Amino acid sequence: MVSRREFLQATAAAAAIATASGLGPLGRAAAQQKLSQADILRFDPLGTVTILHVTDIHAQLMPLHFREPSVNLGVGPAKGQPPHLVDAEFRAHFKIANGSADAFALTSDDFVTLAKTYGRMGGLDRVATLAKAIRAERGDDKVLLLDGGDTWQGSWSSLQSKGQDMVEVMSALKTDAMVGHWEFTLGAERVKEIAESASFAFLAQNIRDKEWNEPVFPPRKVFEKGGVKIAVIGQALPRTAIANPRWMFPDWEFGIREEEIQKQVEEARAEGAAIVVLLSHDGFDVDKKLASRVKGLDIILTAHTHDAMPGMIRVGDTVLVASGSHGKFLSRLDIAVKNGKVADIRFKLMPVFSDAIAPDAEMAALIKKVREPYAADLAKEIGRTDSLLYRRGNFNGSFDDLICDAMLSQRDAEIALSPGFRWGGSLLPGDAITWEAITNATAITYPNCYRMEMTGAQLKEILEDVADNIFHPDPYFQGGGDMVRVGGMGYAIDVGKPMGSRISGLTHLKSGQPIEAAKKYVVSGWASVNEGTQGPPIWDVVRDHVAATKTITIKPNDAVKVTGA
Amino acid sequence: MSSGLTRRSTITAGAAAAFASLLGSRLAFADEKAVAAEIKKLYGDKAMAEGKIKLDVPEIAENGLVVPVNVEIDSPMTEADYVKAVHIYADGNPQPGIVTYHFTPACGKASAATRMRLAQTQNIVCVAEMSNGTLHMAKANIKVTIGGCGG
Repeated sequence: MVSRREFLQATAAAAAIATASGLGPLGRAAAQQKLSQADILRFDPLGTVTILHVTDIHAQLMPLHFREPSVNLGVGPAKGQPPHLVDAEFRAHFKIANGSADAFALTSDDFVTLAKTYGRMGGLDRVATLAKAIRAERGDDKVLLLDGGDTWQGSWSSLQSKGQDMVEVMSALKTDAMVGHWEFTLGAERVKEIAESASFAFLAQNIRDKEWNEPVFPPRKVFEKGGVKIAVIGQALPRTAIANPRWMFPDWEFGIREEEIQKQVEEARAEGAAIVVLLSHDGFDVDKKLASRVKGLDIILTAHTHDAMPGMIRVGDTVLVASGSHGKFLSRLDIAVKNGKVADIRFKLMPVFSDAIAPDAEMAALIKKVREPYAADLAKEIGRTDSLLYRRGNFNGSFDDLICDAMLSQRDAEIALSPGFRWGGSLLPGDAITWEAITNATAITYPNCYRMEMTGAQLKEILEDVADNIFHPDPYFQGGGDMVRVGGMGYAIDVGKPMGSRISGLTHLKSGQPIEAAKKYVVSGWASVNEGTQGPPIWDVVRDHVAATKTITIKPNDAVKVTGA
Repeated sequence: MSSGLTRRSTITAGAAAAFASLLGSRLAFADEKAVAAEIKKLYGDKAMAEGKIKLDVPEIAENGLVVPVNVEIDSPMTEADYVKAVHIYADGNPQPGIVTYHFTPACGKASAATRMRLAQTQNIVCVAEMSNGTLHMAKANIKVTIGGCGG
């Protein structure tokens, strides 16, 4: 139904370039292949329906750098399978030329060199340009725009406006429906308020009130586009009440609720839906398993794990799409329907190269307006960085090293713990560290930076618990995110072992001494899921550290020894 | 953007750590043997069959203090053939017994729902006693996690 050739049309131009040299810095190994707006939009249309998918924007209205991971391990059946491929393996799988625009967008090695060639990505005014062009080409009555969630969180302006900036921008983008995860950390009341008044549908089949087990949000919505009924079933992050503070939405329960999805599919078909879409925030591996168990889903638009893939993944009769994060990509799916069923799907992951795409004037004006109240603060330069600062990676990221260093120094701690969040922009060596850059990596509604004593045994237990959340071989037990980042302490991890026996060799880095199980250590951390956590907001801790240090240099981090991958 | 930050060496009172919920002191917990012993008290060494029990619990507890458990036994619930009792046990709590339900044919349906507190990741065991004396058993593992760090 969908050929590999079609999967790869995003990278066809890149694949045509010989990758023969393959030596030396990748940036010099291939000719520069900057894409034009027309290249990005080029698409051989199909059928009468177009679905556009954006996800995990994390409130990034402006173009930014976002380095994809260099370590993204899959476990169990996901081992070595996309999206758990990085760098050369990723490029080989998706036939992407070294040094190409797609290599820069989708892989991490040589990021700094390529960033100079290709510039920033994203910016919702650029996404608006692409969406408008596609609407003009196809006709508004054929285009459905779906947002996979994690949209209202991740910037200072979204935090201060309680998501209002994003709601206005996503409405202006003519979003038809969305799902949620970080949205819920604005609190149940605020989310309900937006969901009930927004121009788009806020869908979630898997959120129920605890008392009556009734759906809190509409589970699905049927749209009619191009003469075809399309059912969109919403799926919030099933582990929201575990991953985030459940006291912020105390009356709600989540879960995967496979059987209920199946019921939704059957009801949608009975209503005459020719296309059934799961707009999901499960995470890629969870959705891959779900696709093998729930029958009758045509398309799963995945989210949460921030994977970007220039090809669809097929599981049975279902195709899975992974549209990346931070506004770096806009996915387009054209769908042909015959005899009330999906006959063909054509897909392109459109990279949003900020320098190549003319910003949409209306959207640019709206973005300027919603950022205006915070513009002076956002631009404030706190310090500079000599190192590449990035977040993604299973075990550490240099931006997290910076945050851990800040907690160690500003909170006078022996050990620092920082959550394995996958959101937040990257900074290039030489970049200013602005208030915006700091808050893009820290803006949450539970930012307090605690300081307390923990025993060595407790520290090990934390690492084991978080590791099981990432490396459990059954994806239904994975909650997304990466390993908790640790400052001041090293450890070894065998990802292939079961819970309780993955972590060993805990070492206090400063003294070189083993961490003792019974000994107490002063630990600082942030993003506690517990109510009433005391301490200054993490952004102030980082700001004070950067201001005191002036120029940040992050040494390569080899404190985590990984085996079993 | 003001900072109330000092280099206090005091440990912030009541600072709930990101990862505090599993860090409490350890009680003595039941285990698989304790559950088996409880069942033996009621039914001796009688054989347990599989099937008939639909035990609906979350894979991961969203709140270990109130974990929902739903159980439904496939039975016509007639005078000739009905479910007499359903017992639910947990093998990782201080006490293995959670709840026992007694049914009669007049119940029409052998199903029950409750919430239980789970101290840690453990197995939930459900035993159903049928009117003809046969026993059925089902087991499910529920993970209790410290949470945080998602996404």
